Amino acid sequence: MSEASRAPAGVDIILEGHSLSKRFGGRGGFFESSPVVHAVNDVSLAIRKGETFAIVGESGCGKSTLGRLLLRLLEPSEGEILYQGQDITRLGAKEMRRLRRDLQIIFQDPFASLNPRMTVGAIIAEPIRLHGLARGREVNARVAELLRTVGLRPEYADRYPHEFSGGQRQRIGIARALAGEPKLIIGDEPVSALDVSIQAQVINLLEDLKGRFGLTLVIVAHDLAVIRHMSDRVAVMYLGEIVELSDVDPLYEKPLHPYTQALLQAIPSPVPQGRTERQLLQGDVPNPTALPSGCRFHTRCPHARPRCSEEHPPLEPVGEGRSVACHFWREIQAAAEHPGDPPLASATLDMRLELYRTYQTRKAEQAAPHHNPTGGQP
Amino acid sequence: MSVQAEAIAPRRKLGRAASKFMANRSAVLGGVLVVIFVLLAIGAPLFATHDPFQTSFTAIRKAPSAEFWLGTDELGRDIYSRMLFGSRASLMAGVISVAIAVLVGVPFGLLAGFYGGWIDAAVSRVTEALLAIPFLILAIALAAFLGPSLTNAMIAIGLSATPIFIRLTRGQALSVKTEDYVEGARAIGLPNVLIMTRYIFPNVLPPIVVQATITIATAIIAEASLSFLGLGQQPPNPSWGSMLNTAKNFMTQAPWMSVFPGGAIFLVVLGFNLLGDGLRDALDPRDH
Ligand SMILES: Nc1ncnc2c1ncn2[C@@H]1O[C@H](COP(=O)(O)OP(=O)(O)O)[C@@H](O)[C@H]1O
Ligand code: SF4
Ligand SMILES: [Mg+2]
Repeated sequence: MSEASRAPAGVDIILEGHSLSKRFGGRGGFFESSPVVHAVNDVSLAIRKGETFAIVGESGCGKSTLGRLLLRLLEPSEGEILYQGQDITRLGAKEMRRLRRDLQIIFQDPFASLNPRMTVGAIIAEPIRLHGLARGREVNARVAELLRTVGLRPEYADRYPHEFSGGQRQRIGIARALAGEPKLIIGDEPVSALDVSIQAQVINLLEDLKGRFGLTLVIVAHDLAVIRHMSDRVAVMYLGEIVELSDVDPLYEKPLHPYTQALLQAIPSPVPQGRTERQLLQGDVPNPTALPSGCRFHTRCPHARPRCSEEHPPLEPVGEGRSVACHFWREIQAAAEHPGDPPLASATLDMRLELYRTYQTRKAEQAAPHHNPTGGQP
Repeated sequence: MSVQAEAIAPRRKLGRAASKFMANRSAVLGGVLVVIFVLLAIGAPLFATHDPFQTSFTAIRKAPSAEFWLGTDELGRDIYSRMLFGSRASLMAGVISVAIAVLVGVPFGLLAGFYGGWIDAAVSRVTEALLAIPFLILAIALAAFLGPSLTNAMIAIGLSATPIFIRLTRGQALSVKTEDYVEGARAIGLPNVLIMTRYIFPNVLPPIVVQATITIATAIIAEASLSFLGLGQQPPNPSWGSMLNTAKNFMTQAPWMSVFPGGAIFLVVLGFNLLGDGLRDALDPRDH
């Protein structure tokens, strides 16, 4: 276990990963053997009870795989998963099923994550019945209550998923995730398939629910805008590794890792006209079947030096609960502090963040006593 | 707000499939043909003009007439009435043998597709081996092994059609099990048996229904073929196949003995095929 994942004294850890690795492929059929994909490499992290922990990185860097490893929806190639201090890596199927009540997931694609042959009511009632949380009529009452909780009408219980929009389906998925009364929910890019305007609503719903039910949230995202105002801590992933781990504010104000800096500058503008061609991240993500030597970011890093391609930088604590995996972060930081250099965060980030702020203000204004809880979703 | 208004509009999936089916003329024709034959089979005693077993030496091989609408056979029995009762054997052979194939094939296909590993390897090997043998040859061999009777013919046809349903179900299950909603089922802790029955099976059902409809047509032909070889319905009980079997000796003297049962087989097979194609189009999710 690395220093980085160790929590300050007195902080309750709910879910931990120790040196988790996941490789796909390798042993193909009888005749062919597929190349090994190194999806997650030696990742350690500790999620604190009640926090919102964000995992950020470009598509394909292993965020979903890491999320599934943490829930044991995938078996790790190496490493352990601890839930409330208990090693669950080798827990039997039956015990694991009981535990699944506590650990839930919301999927990225709301059009693929609901069984098209089940009504919304049956979808939400399933975990309630499975874990024996209610019986008979009481189940329907709970389903109605859950639908209301996520901002949908209870009458929708009789309908099928295909009758709903993406945002509504994501709310149904959230209701199902809540139905088992979980302690922790992993959102695997829960809003990336939705329109920007709806993204803010679903994110705000998740935040409300977190406060209401005392949940711990792990939010996976491929850009930094979505998670800015809702996360407590952020892990930035690149090619299956955590390259920076930090509280959210310092990360946005002073990103230490060159990759984090690039991500912050790459945030797209919410309005198409505002999208400038800022190609800070040169080239494509390298193929995870053939990982670069040394620092995995060296093929794209603007600060790369010879040492970078030879020596792998470990994720090291740098004070204030932050960790970073870069040989030269100090030098890079010192250089960036010279006046005249461009600001690290882009103007487009501010524009995106403004959207959330506006929504929240409007919501606060609307919050009258008899306010319709469905709010205004499209 | 707008959320309520939006979700009211779309029609139910089934309603949409039904209206798509009704708009397809050949599908409706297929459905009508099948319904007519089923009604005739059920109402055979009502519609029959003669006793299908009553022989008459004064009316041997008579051409169609006002008395014998479709003529008589080599023993003077009324072909129209025998065909009505014979439709029961043909339809039952189609439906029951396909039911056997579905009941055996679908569970094996689900297990193989869902679990993979050695279960899949074993099931797939056997399936491939059986599929290498032509369907009718396999059915004839099995029927000959079991002994000549309508029941044995249905069992033989059903077992011969089983690999078709194993392969289809396995392939569908393989693709459905990678869907997010199946992972979602595991994520709430649903046991595998329930994942298969609630998640995999309902989502692989539409192509199975289509295949079953088309296989009924194949099974009807197979029953006729087995009866033609004396391996199906046994005399004096009529089936379209066994009627053809005797008719083959009188092709030139009494062509009506073969033309009408042959035409009936053609029509009912056409009906099931059109119905199957129509169902395939109507249930196609790509247009939804
Ligand atoms: N089941 C799988 N089989 C083979 N490769 C996989 C599988 N799942 C993910 N991968 C590969 O692992 C890498 C990480 O994928 P993923 O965790 O989905 O990334 P992200 O969620 O960050 O986009 C990708 O290269 C992807 O192609
Ligand atoms: S170690 Fe080198 S290549 Fe890697 S991020 Fe730091 S400067 Fe860039
Ligand atoms: Mg992903």
